[in-house]
Amino acid sequence: MAVVLVDAGGTNIGSVRYALQRLGVDAALTADPARIRAADKVILPGVGAAGPGMARLRELGLVELMRGLTQPVLGVCLGMQLLCAHSEEGDTACLGLIPAAVGRFAGAPGLRIPHMGWNRLRAKRPHRLLAGMGDDDWAYFVHSYAVPVGEYTLATADYAGEFSAVVARGNFHGMQFHPERSAAAGARLLKNFLSL
Amino acid sequence: MLSRRIIPCLDVRDGQVVKGVRFRDHVVMGGIVDLALRYRDEGADELVFYDITASPEGRSVDRGWVERVARVIDIPFCVAGGIRGVDEARAVLHAGADKISVNSPALERPALIDELAAAFGVQCVVVGIDSLRDADGEWHVRQYTGDPAKTQALARRTLDWMAEVQRRGAGEIVLNCMGSDGVRAGYDLQQLRAARAVCDVPLIASGGAGTMAHFRDAFAEADVDGALAASVFHSGSIAIPDLKRHLRDHGVVVRL
Repeated sequence: MAVVLVDAGGTNIGSVRYALQRLGVDAALTADPARIRAADKVILPGVGAAGPGMARLRELGLVELMRGLTQPVLGVCLGMQLLCAHSEEGDTACLGLIPAAVGRFAGAPGLRIPHMGWNRLRAKRPHRLLAGMGDDDWAYFVHSYAVPVGEYTLATADYAGEFSAVVARGNFHGMQFHPERSAAAGARLLKNFLSL
Repeated sequence: MLSRRIIPCLDVRDGQVVKGVRFRDHVVMGGIVDLALRYRDEGADELVFYDITASPEGRSVDRGWVERVARVIDIPFCVAGGIRGVDEARAVLHAGADKISVNSPALERPALIDELAAAFGVQCVVVGIDSLRDADGEWHVRQYTGDPAKTQALARRTLDWMAEVQRRGAGEIVLNCMGSDGVRAGYDLQQLRAARAVCDVPLIASGGAGTMAHFRDAFAEADVDGALAASVFHSGSIAIPDLKRHLRDHGVVVRL
């Protein structure tokens, strides 16, 4: 199985790659349109800001290519937000594959931004990506912007209100947390993605 | 609901994990990867590696062990020590670290925090602060604490510096209360409460953990987001699973 990591400049690319290696998959890091198109699975990792993230995809000529992919695609953290329609961060138009507007966590007394740490996942609807998920699955989050809950939401987490932790629409999937840094629960979610 | 984090801190020197008392007289505790795996298995929420001699010696952190850790560890980890610029930070992040922490170099040149936040986002940028109460009754920042011969007391007040680093783009602050560090008499709750009042980003307590009740106090009384400790974990006097059950039984939300 050919798995590619889209090299869009995210600093967590190494971590995601190592996590896949622990699952026995050697993912290629590439920005080559032909290799991405031909892959069985495509992962868009990402750490950073939405504006530079989209700018990088445009520079690499990957925007239309990403939109046209038909194999399973997984966006991680910022990668998931880039799959959405728009991000409040830098007022950025994103890929538009998940019909959601990414917004900043609203300030509330005692609510620390960024949302950083382990939070509990709650499954909202059955999906193969969530196979094996129990009531006690924790995932590691680090982010200041979040995707609201919608029909695309598979699982949520709660931080002064529910937001989308896992999303899917057609062949496009996203995880707001870092599965590569979420211990056994994260490894299982990545494994589920690889077996889609 | 977000859980409170238990964070073993591994002070790294010459490729090994060491621990000193009151930042002095370091003894070797074990290999970096071995200890990282042990804490992951015990349920640590995150790890922090401090290359404690990098800043006083004016060199950057060694990336070789960062990559070795990143390959085997599936929980987040932060690397600190001598990161003086965006390029060095990028190398450490690309080697697999999730966050980078700056301390002495940020005091030398505060704009470093702005540059790191602009390049990688605030979520990657941790600022470590070593703090001690001085004769004037105020908490002041210390610099180059990795080497007692080079440690400097600064005029900068700790609470002022906390406000400034947040303005500049710190996504998390680790406050190391040096007066309580290494002596296991409890976190400096008074200082942590004062820090919490001026800290809108995640705040991590450091320095002084000796018993499970000390952790509970830091969460319950100073509302910190995480508690960092070294010697109680390295020596085995507190086992992380026991600590987390203790915290849960006292109403602290933890990942178990």
